[in-house]
Amino acid sequence: MALLGVIAAGLLLLLSPAAQAAGGTINGTMLDPEGEPIAGVVFQVSDEAGFAETAESGPDGKWSVEVPGSGPYTVVIDTGTLPEGVTLTDPEKTTLTISLLSAKRTVSFPTGEDTGSSESTLDRFLQLSVDGLVFGLVIALAGVGLSMIFGTTGLTNFSHGELVTLGALSTLVFNNFLGLPFIVAAALALVVSAVFGSLQDRALWRQLRKRGVSLIAMLVVSIGFGILLRYVYLFFFGGSTQQYASYSGQAGIAIGPVDITPKVLVGSSVAITAIIVTLLWLGFSRTGKASRAIADNPALASASGINVERVINVVWTVGATLAGLAGILYSLSVGVNWYEGFQILLLVFASVILGGLGTTVGALVGALVVGVLIQVSTLVVPTELKTVGALFIMIIILLVRPQGLLGRAERVG
Amino acid sequence: MDFNLIINQAVTQGLGVQAVIFALAAIGLNVHFGYTGLLNFGQAGFLAVAAYGLGVTVATLGLSFWLGIAVGLLAAVVFALLLGIPTLRLRADYLAIVTIAAAEIIRLTARSVTLRDIFGGSDGLNRFANDFYALNPFGSGLAAGPLTFSRNDLFVVVVGWVLVALSCVLVFLAMRSPWGRVLKGIREDEDAVRSLGKNVYSYKLQALVLGGVLGCLGGFIFSVSSQSVQPDNYSTDLTFFAWAALILGGAARVLGPVVGAIVFWFLLVLFDVALSEAVRSGLITFIDGTQVGQIRFWILGASLMLLMIFRPQGILGDKRELAFDVK
Repeated sequence: MALLGVIAAGLLLLLSPAAQAAGGTINGTMLDPEGEPIAGVVFQVSDEAGFAETAESGPDGKWSVEVPGSGPYTVVIDTGTLPEGVTLTDPEKTTLTISLLSAKRTVSFPTGEDTGSSESTLDRFLQLSVDGLVFGLVIALAGVGLSMIFGTTGLTNFSHGELVTLGALSTLVFNNFLGLPFIVAAALALVVSAVFGSLQDRALWRQLRKRGVSLIAMLVVSIGFGILLRYVYLFFFGGSTQQYASYSGQAGIAIGPVDITPKVLVGSSVAITAIIVTLLWLGFSRTGKASRAIADNPALASASGINVERVINVVWTVGATLAGLAGILYSLSVGVNWYEGFQILLLVFASVILGGLGTTVGALVGALVVGVLIQVSTLVVPTELKTVGALFIMIIILLVRPQGLLGRAERVG
Repeated sequence: MDFNLIINQAVTQGLGVQAVIFALAAIGLNVHFGYTGLLNFGQAGFLAVAAYGLGVTVATLGLSFWLGIAVGLLAAVVFALLLGIPTLRLRADYLAIVTIAAAEIIRLTARSVTLRDIFGGSDGLNRFANDFYALNPFGSGLAAGPLTFSRNDLFVVVVGWVLVALSCVLVFLAMRSPWGRVLKGIREDEDAVRSLGKNVYSYKLQALVLGGVLGCLGGFIFSVSSQSVQPDNYSTDLTFFAWAALILGGAARVLGPVVGAIVFWFLLVLFDVALSEAVRSGLITFIDGTQVGQIRFWILGASLMLLMIFRPQGILGDKRELAFDVK
């Protein structure tokens, strides 16, 4: 375990960006209502201490100002430099007052008509359903792995979210800092995830199983492990949310009333393929069948000649890879940060419980339901409370159907 | 390196408000986990409902401080019932997931923009404990050896430790009563207790309420000491710190959570201050000031893992009295 920690820390140290400078950056991207960049727009950034600097947006619409440190700043857009026919969505809002807390702060001045209200409810519903399905796929990737690990070892793994984050962070490192093409970066990130999953099982969980540590004690260990990993990520990557270098400002394409970016479309197809392959593997391959046998009765599986530890290790490797893929896909739309995995962990649990803990198909169904539900609920629920609704539903499901939608009933107490 | 500063800070904070808060939260957890075997990972939620019960009553509604305390206590009881009724019939790990989710529901609801007029959004509520400080009998602060408290802090700390002592007495008496022995029985073998005709579900619910109410006292101390309640102070990290304190001190021991909270907080602050001193004086150059604060969480995570693996009974505990059979 200690060795693993040293290796991981060393690896991260090697790959981490240079230590942050004391100052900060305020930046933004100026886009016209069609999402095309606007060059030559002038911004002025100032603070009360007398700092004042102007910046002009480049051909890609991007502008940035280096500021001396954290604190409140005022950003003013010179509307006279906007091209003919382009106006701000809110013409009154030419001045923004922001407070810089981390090293970087992105501000935006939206242009064009406010499109939010002109859409019909049906169109919004369709758009949100598609967004929800994409988010559901992310949760499903994480949930299938979580459910497999729970099924074979009985471990309720509270550090599963950190495997999700690992996939996203490794992709960021390969893509942004080493400059590899996104596909290569993502593939390497999956390898990192797989290796980490396998190593984690060998160095930590297998040892605990050997010692006969109870499942509840292991649950607490996984919580500790999750905290440790999370703050190691924060330490090396900092607290800001970063975008992948590739495809960051990709424009959406319209399919009927639904707007979706090509990167998310491709990512979702990969996710669907990965889930189908995993389900087929569990259903028909030798190792997959063995893992189900272990889930059913480890002692009997062992007696019938199955190498239990080897199969569990494969399950960990596959589960970690799927979680890594979930992180890569999730961060395509929301960016990479150090706690993104922990942020969705409870939703992953909710969907796994909804589908039935330990059933893989259940995890998939539960995840899609939770994803769509969360997004569609924003039609009536304030956006910042959408997670609350999903967690509530998890509690209600536990009350009326604790085995989940597809699970087998199990009498407890 | 200012060694005096390091020691003074560690001693003051190891006996200060933070230690009181974690001691109270961990005493509550001890009733849940140590004695009854319930996996409550939502203790932060109990502290939050109490703090918000107080804050909303005084700051939003403009009613009296003592009514606020009553509302906070009632909120903790209601929260325990809402949590317990759906989950206590289920397997232990479901309770873990649901409690952690419930605490997050509280936090997310409290910080939402929609309910800003009631809970104050992410800024929270403040200045609601003036009635409490008006009762302060101490004329001045305390500066005895390494201990330094301001006048107001001294009052909060004294009240806090009195609450800790009373809670310990209550737990001691409760756990040697027949009622407490039923709880321990549930921890050891639920089915055996059920076969003796006890209503296990009802006992678990009572334990959840008792532990929640004891823990929520920590929420009062937290919010009163800073005269403010902010949603992000009640994140899951608070719960995990309380767990670490409980396991370090020793679960299922009356004084375990208290010893654990003091020792854990003392060590954390000692390490924190020593590290930032080292950074400030240029002894350590490869990390900066903000990163020092993050290392505290490495210690939290690693100590939870290592304690669980190598010494699950903590400082005072007894292996035979643990809710998880560790070999």
